[in-house]
Amino acid sequence: MTAQPKLRPGRRRAVTLRGRPELYTEYAADQALLNTPAKRRFAAVLLVALVVLPFLLDRDINGLLTRVFITSIGAIGLNLVSGYAGQVSLGHAFFLGLGAFTAAFLGSEPSGSLRGLGLEMWVWLPASGLVAAAVGALVAPLAARVRGLYLGILTLGLVFVGDHLFKEMRTFTGGPGIGRRAAAPIIGGLDLFRRQTILGVEVEGDVLFYFVSLLLLIVLGVAARNLARSKVGRSFAAVRDRDIAAEVMGVPLVRTKVLAFTLSSFYAGVCGALLAVLYGTIVPENFGLLLSVDFLAMILIGGVATISGSIVGAAFVVLLPRLVQSLTDVLPFISRGGTTEGLFSVDQLQGMLFGALIIAFLVLEPRGLYGLWLRVRNYWKAWPFSY
Amino acid sequence: MDDLLTTLIRGLAQGSFYALVAAGFVVIYRATDVVNFAQPALMVMGAYFTALFTHNYNFPFWLSVIAAMVAVALIGAVSERVALRPMVGEPPFSAAMVTVGLFLVLTIVANRLIGSNVISVGDPWGLETATFLGNVRMRVADGWGIGLTIVAFAAVGLFLTRSRIGLAMRATSLDQEVALAQGINVGRMFGLSWALAGGLAGLAGMVYGSGGTAVDHTSAFVALKALPVIILGGLDSLKGAYIGGLIIGVAEAFTRANAASLSGVVGANVDVVVPYLIMLIVLMVKPYGLFGTPEVQRV
Repeated sequence: MTAQPKLRPGRRRAVTLRGRPELYTEYAADQALLNTPAKRRFAAVLLVALVVLPFLLDRDINGLLTRVFITSIGAIGLNLVSGYAGQVSLGHAFFLGLGAFTAAFLGSEPSGSLRGLGLEMWVWLPASGLVAAAVGALVAPLAARVRGLYLGILTLGLVFVGDHLFKEMRTFTGGPGIGRRAAAPIIGGLDLFRRQTILGVEVEGDVLFYFVSLLLLIVLGVAARNLARSKVGRSFAAVRDRDIAAEVMGVPLVRTKVLAFTLSSFYAGVCGALLAVLYGTIVPENFGLLLSVDFLAMILIGGVATISGSIVGAAFVVLLPRLVQSLTDVLPFISRGGTTEGLFSVDQLQGMLFGALIIAFLVLEPRGLYGLWLRVRNYWKAWPFSY
Repeated sequence: MDDLLTTLIRGLAQGSFYALVAAGFVVIYRATDVVNFAQPALMVMGAYFTALFTHNYNFPFWLSVIAAMVAVALIGAVSERVALRPMVGEPPFSAAMVTVGLFLVLTIVANRLIGSNVISVGDPWGLETATFLGNVRMRVADGWGIGLTIVAFAAVGLFLTRSRIGLAMRATSLDQEVALAQGINVGRMFGLSWALAGGLAGLAGMVYGSGGTAVDHTSAFVALKALPVIILGGLDSLKGAYIGGLIIGVAEAFTRANAASLSGVVGANVDVVVPYLIMLIVLMVKPYGLFGTPEVQRV
């Protein structure tokens, strides 16, 4: 009996001929996430840079980068439901808050009238995502009844109702203006915020948390990217593009919408829990309508229905305040302090810029920063020809 | 009984304010199919301009109200031309997000203009109250608010049904291309709707700020309750905006009046979320509201 070794799809590396990077000899190579040498190289450089950077940079820049990673998780979640599945949600802040307070309840010690269980991070992190996902799954069948703008307004109502709940459930949230400490990021007795010696290397606390966030972003980001190009992702896109046509083609409408909401809420819950750790103390007011708008701005500026766009958008929105702050030295009409001197204060300018950028991107480049990048890339790909 | 009537009147006044803001939403939605989230920010601008004209320029109050309405109408028309006109033909959600951006910009401009203090619009009624029918108390400002809202709704209704331009606006909302073919300047109708909505928002700003209510840029979030109103009344119905506004206002007032007995069950300040709860229920039961036109989809 002769075996047929040639037909077996082994783990051989794809053979790419020199100078012909886009010649694929195997389906696996064609379908790979990083399917061109340029993408592979760029990803490797980015990864190395992100691993080395925290040891070189200041503490506050590290914190900022950590925040970028964490918000990216939330932005990816919103992009799943609003970008891929086309179900516009203004209620993202509610699910972020749900994750944050669930984590705080599970992960911090009880104090005074506040309840707490004092569990470790490997319990509270998945739990915060799951609780948010469960509530998302409960709300979604209701949300699946309405479409378009009505859905946006419904989810906006959700934020206000959630805000009220957060303010009134004082034994869990601490109540308005007071709040509670976020969950302690402790895994197996290892406090991620304390200076540690790991494998002989002395590591600052914030660097550890940086790496945990980065790892979570990579895992959840790759998961979302793979989901988006699977059967589920295709059904999301079908529902987004024309829901009736999708239903005719056999895509279960309600189930797809519920799944999109549930997944998005899971991401939001995880993001909220981690973001709370970064804040230190969380109050119910943190999770208002403006936070939802922030996240919508991220995916609109970054790029609707792209994972890398969500990350770039999150980075843009998180880093914008810092950018504006450093502009104050250059531009004389921005004041640092109160609202009375200068034309605009830093906060005001940043808010204005934010609104103006949402308008500008929607009007000029609806595909966001990702679309800009596509233009640049396509220009150079075909250079010197125009296309 | 007297308390009941007092609460009812307070609710009607609050509801009239919501109805005025909601009317702006409806006018813009009918003309351009856009839900204008910037409407509450325009309301704050209205309050600001009323205060500016009365306090700084010493206009008589009625004149400063009209001047503020004109000023906000101008802001509305300019916003439409700059930010919304390029969005014609884009999906409704993109246009709605543009108005969210507009909301952010306008709120911050209002914040900058008002400064760190709150302002009062400088109405002549102040904290005066009137008592009638035995022991029913009513703030004078509330009476004016209810009355002016009825006048404003009647004026807008008459304008839309009886005037030539109103007819053109209704034609535009029915079908933009057909309207264009009939020689109607559709773009101008868009601008006009925004100006009309701006004027209504300006008036709403005065109504909000009268009777001693302090105004700052966060007042925009109060005006956001016009969203539950238009969902209850129907996105494209002026009548719905008025009746929905009154229902929401009264519901809120009665919850607030009974807050003490309710707080054990649902917590304090539940009156703030009552409009949104009503909205969620309406969206579940009757998504197009009391008087809205159901959306018909052709495949």
